[in-house]
Amino acid sequence: MDFRYTDEQLALQDTLRRWIARDYDFERRRAFAASPLGYSDAAWASYADLGLLALPIPEAFGGLGGNAVDTMAVMELVGEGLLLEPYLSTVVLCGGLLREAASKSMQDALLPQIAAGKLQLALAAYEAAGRYDLAHVACRAEKQGELWRLRGRKNVVLDAPSANYLLVSARSGGATTDADGVSLFLVPRDAEGLRVLAYPTQSGSRAGDVQLDDVTVKADALIGAPGQALGILERAVDGASAALCAEALGIVLALNQATLSYLKSRKQFGVPIGTFQALQHRMADMYIAAEQIRSMAIVAAVNADVEDAAVRRRAISGAKAYIGQAARFVGQQAVQLHGAMGIVDELNVSHYFKRLTLIDLTFGDADFHLARYSDSPPGALDGR
Amino acid sequence: MHLNYTPEEESFRAEVRAFLATELPPEIRDRVRGSRRLDKEDILRWQRTLYGRGWGAGMWPKRFGGADWSVFQQYIFDEECAAAGAPMQLPFAIKMVAPVLMTFGSAAQQEYFLPRILSGEHWWCQGYSEPGSGSDLASLRTAAVRDGDHYVVSGQKTWNTYGQYADWIFCLVRTQTAGRPQEGISFLLVDMQTPGVSVRPIITLDGEHEINDIFFDNVRVPVSNRVGEENRGWTYAKFLLGHERTNTAGIGNCKRALARLKQMALTSSANGRPLWADTRFRDRIARVELELTALEITNLRVLSAMSQGSKAPGPEVSALKIKGSEIIQELVELQMHALGPAAIPYLSDSPTTGQYFNLRKTTIYAGSTEIQKNIIAKLVLGL
Repeated sequence: MDFRYTDEQLALQDTLRRWIARDYDFERRRAFAASPLGYSDAAWASYADLGLLALPIPEAFGGLGGNAVDTMAVMELVGEGLLLEPYLSTVVLCGGLLREAASKSMQDALLPQIAAGKLQLALAAYEAAGRYDLAHVACRAEKQGELWRLRGRKNVVLDAPSANYLLVSARSGGATTDADGVSLFLVPRDAEGLRVLAYPTQSGSRAGDVQLDDVTVKADALIGAPGQALGILERAVDGASAALCAEALGIVLALNQATLSYLKSRKQFGVPIGTFQALQHRMADMYIAAEQIRSMAIVAAVNADVEDAAVRRRAISGAKAYIGQAARFVGQQAVQLHGAMGIVDELNVSHYFKRLTLIDLTFGDADFHLARYSDSPPGALDGR
Repeated sequence: MHLNYTPEEESFRAEVRAFLATELPPEIRDRVRGSRRLDKEDILRWQRTLYGRGWGAGMWPKRFGGADWSVFQQYIFDEECAAAGAPMQLPFAIKMVAPVLMTFGSAAQQEYFLPRILSGEHWWCQGYSEPGSGSDLASLRTAAVRDGDHYVVSGQKTWNTYGQYADWIFCLVRTQTAGRPQEGISFLLVDMQTPGVSVRPIITLDGEHEINDIFFDNVRVPVSNRVGEENRGWTYAKFLLGHERTNTAGIGNCKRALARLKQMALTSSANGRPLWADTRFRDRIARVELELTALEITNLRVLSAMSQGSKAPGPEVSALKIKGSEIIQELVELQMHALGPAAIPYLSDSPTTGQYFNLRKTTIYAGSTEIQKNIIAKLVLGL
């Protein structure tokens, strides 16, 4: 049993932390968020230089062949640095999906480009009426000769505005919520009939609703077998959820550090407010929550690559549910303990809090995942 | 980073499991699984069985009769014992007074006491708390006045667990009143048969006799029964508390309680369906199960850090105490609610409700939750 990052993972974190301090401080981050793009192109190029984009991509496609724990190490720093770039969408989510499920020729065409920082992707899977249910697909896919024709609407597609391609789920058979009949397509964002209604998110990055009006793609745009994409999607989203758990960990640690410093430096009634027992105990609770969150982020990471879908889902949903509520506690308390300073835009505390809130709202909130966990078989009944 | 045990650890687990399968008496197992109280003979019988196997105190060094277990071996042992329904060994002798004797005791004390702890010949209890000294332990007032080769001890200890069975008690006593309270405390070993020692039961809210008041009325204790130096007892007491907290999370125990809870929910009927079908109730189980999953990993991380460095855990174990005690309380509370109206009768064969009442102690004893948060604030966070 070993809970340490490898020396390579620690070195990567160290490099990333120094890069953030130099090129991605909070003021720069604010400027990136306010720019039309919503992130920094130069930073994305640095991600490529630092090897982050190649990390989880197999070596055969110009990647470094990293695993989910490598991704955890990076995502912790994505959280700590409040990084805005579409790393999760492009590399973890879509990169992971293509790695597991795309044809060799599609992998050849896309994965090296992702690793080199020349290509961005976004996952267009969720629909307004389906909330967090990947099987809820009303968007239609009709086969017409050698072409597929796509029609429908996808909502809150993270990082859609900057993506070169979208991975779009559409129904080629069955009823709207059937597990069977969901197909997945690679669609250029500039395809005719595809419109992105772009907006910023509450945490400063970009997203959009995607309208598909008779978008046509060729047969080789299909990923996996027709109608059989749900398992592929769930696996990729499980991996991305594990990555979000690690991002939340990075934020929680940063928030605890900021809050602890504030308790030691802020004086009222002539003494540091950290001398008040009510606040000390709250901070102790936040410390305990962070320890528990780290443990659950580890559970998520070591299970993200598990083939058995039931085992993987139970572990990842358990972690996402736990971290959803525990990180909410830390975020709200960090704001509270900063007093009015916690609610201003110019201090990073509110930005950390908002990002934590959105992490919970992404790919299923704590209630959604608690239900998924709770509905799974009871597990060990012998106490082992 | 990985969560796998080594092949050696796995084979140790198999060894423990095989031992438990043949050596754990079924009547003790059934009592543990049914959350029923064990009597003195049950506990001693199990200690003698472990002693016969060379596992009387697995974590102890070999030179004192232990098995030199690593922290992970001890963890695996505790986990397997809990799963099998074996009693947890009581901490007072093996995990509390023994490490103090090994570290600060005289050779004569070590030679006399340690083998008798292993064999179960001596039952030890703890004399720390007093009516006026709970969380503020250093304010204790039980006095030990030197008289030649003896101390004359007078005062009262309280909240003493299983003192009614004990042959010996280790006590913190005041040997000096000047200076800081911590500086005048000594660590004494007292034979419970000494004239002037008396035990008065305290009945707890579950109607059980588990704890006691212990009175000392001019009890003559040989100076040779003092551990270490006079007035240095506080140092030894703090050392002891560190060891007390090594299995403070009680993961194995919690897992057994969780398994029992799920069994109850699966088999008990609510409106013609198993209670397990009630998603409200199942969600409550899921929440506490996730808290336990997180704590199990947090505990293993602490053990992992211990095995890579020193064996004594740091103040971060306070987090394990807080969470572990809250989780076992929640699990047994849910067991009680799984019983529903059947939890109302006060009968000896339905111990769950009494256990719920009894376990309120877990967030109070061995440093209350609030004291643990003070420790975290001061020693971990530097507040």
